[in-house]
Amino acid sequence: MQNNFISITDLSKDDILSLLHDAARFEANPNQRLLEGKVVATLFFEPSTRTRLSFETAANRLGARVIGFSDPNSSSTSKGETLKDTIKMVSNYADVIVMRHYLEGAARYASEVTNVPIINAGDGANQHPSQTLLDLYSIWKTQGTLDDLDITMVGDLKYGRTVHSLVQALSFFNPRFHFIAPDLLRMPNGYRDFCNRHNLYFDESEVFDVNAIANTDILYMTRIQKERFSDLREYEQVKNVYTLRNAMLEGSKPNLRVLHPLPRVNEIAYDVDENPKAYYFQQAQNGLYAREAIICRMLNIDLK
Amino acid sequence: MSEKKELEVSAIKNGTVIDHIPANVTFKIVQILDLYNHPGAITIGTNLDSITLGRKGIIKIADRYLSDEEIGRLSVVSPDVTLNIIKDYQIVEKKYVKYPKQIIGVVKCTNPKCVTNHQPIPTKMEVFDMNQKSLRCIYCERVMQYGEIELL
Repeated sequence: MQNNFISITDLSKDDILSLLHDAARFEANPNQRLLEGKVVATLFFEPSTRTRLSFETAANRLGARVIGFSDPNSSSTSKGETLKDTIKMVSNYADVIVMRHYLEGAARYASEVTNVPIINAGDGANQHPSQTLLDLYSIWKTQGTLDDLDITMVGDLKYGRTVHSLVQALSFFNPRFHFIAPDLLRMPNGYRDFCNRHNLYFDESEVFDVNAIANTDILYMTRIQKERFSDLREYEQVKNVYTLRNAMLEGSKPNLRVLHPLPRVNEIAYDVDENPKAYYFQQAQNGLYAREAIICRMLNIDLK
Repeated sequence: MSEKKELEVSAIKNGTVIDHIPANVTFKIVQILDLYNHPGAITIGTNLDSITLGRKGIIKIADRYLSDEEIGRLSVVSPDVTLNIIKDYQIVEKKYVKYPKQIIGVVKCTNPKCVTNHQPIPTKMEVFDMNQKSLRCIYCERVMQYGEIELL
């Protein structure tokens, strides 16, 4: 791994495991002033309050200062400045750049025009590797391992980048995948090919019921995202198909945990929230520790 | 090469002959090598009879030898062509297309949301799967089949 955090596909198995161990250290002690005197830039060319707050909190808890913008309309991008020029300019000020962009590949490109480490906080529908790391951390922490797990992914498997990246990242750990989605939103060909090339077991179904949950270790629910549809009639057709209700978790494995990248709409009923198997709020909190680990890794901070 | 073909497309003294081009991509090769701006003589033949291809194309470029990078570009449209290096009317070397690590600035990314389609930067592709004939954009990670590729 170079000093950029662009795509989960850049990470080796060892990179992933050592970042997870670092994240565990930050969970034990989130406030460590390891970045005193450092400046972290957060450039959000596309608004994402949740991700930005998580990164900025991580930077603050590490003792860094934060600069940046949360809305591209307030930056010179709106005056027509190229991405390259913006990155070059900010590179003069910051020790590390966290960026979110609506264009796919923007973070990789940014990493080519600067020597300042780039952390990709989401590039369109492509990658969102810090989300993947916090997903992995949540699985690792709740299951005690990443190896040999049954992972059931439900909902929008076509446009959901979190599930795509998770499939790629888990390929090191011999998972068994169960993809449950309406035909319109099934796992794309490229990722099914990926599983075949890596000899990963997977099955596919359109049926989401008690049987689909019975033998799984991780139930990864996803939101069917309205903004990914060009045809809103398609959205109306599929949005209510896959909803998890508390009663469906009866008889599931005791170690089962329900994950969701949030925000949810109606794919998890509110009566699930009180079930100890619901893990999505802690999952979001884990994002803080994962991002502290990522920022420190990019700055070559030695964790004792 | 038969005598008849020698008559169809005249010989060059020095330069490069690209042979065994599938007829449907002859002009794509002209484009991919930017031969429009070559100052020397160029002979382009297409839909010529070929035993192996049925119809083939041939391009003879006088006084020009292709770099490895240029030859690598050909992998995108016709990886099976033969390149004859001609010196003083003789074939002094035959070259074949090797798949390059990266193809820079030749192929348009098919992803409309790719950064290369919105910012002033050249595309950068890597060969993703030689057997399935696909490329992958190193920026947006989109995999595209050779069949759907558009040249820049």
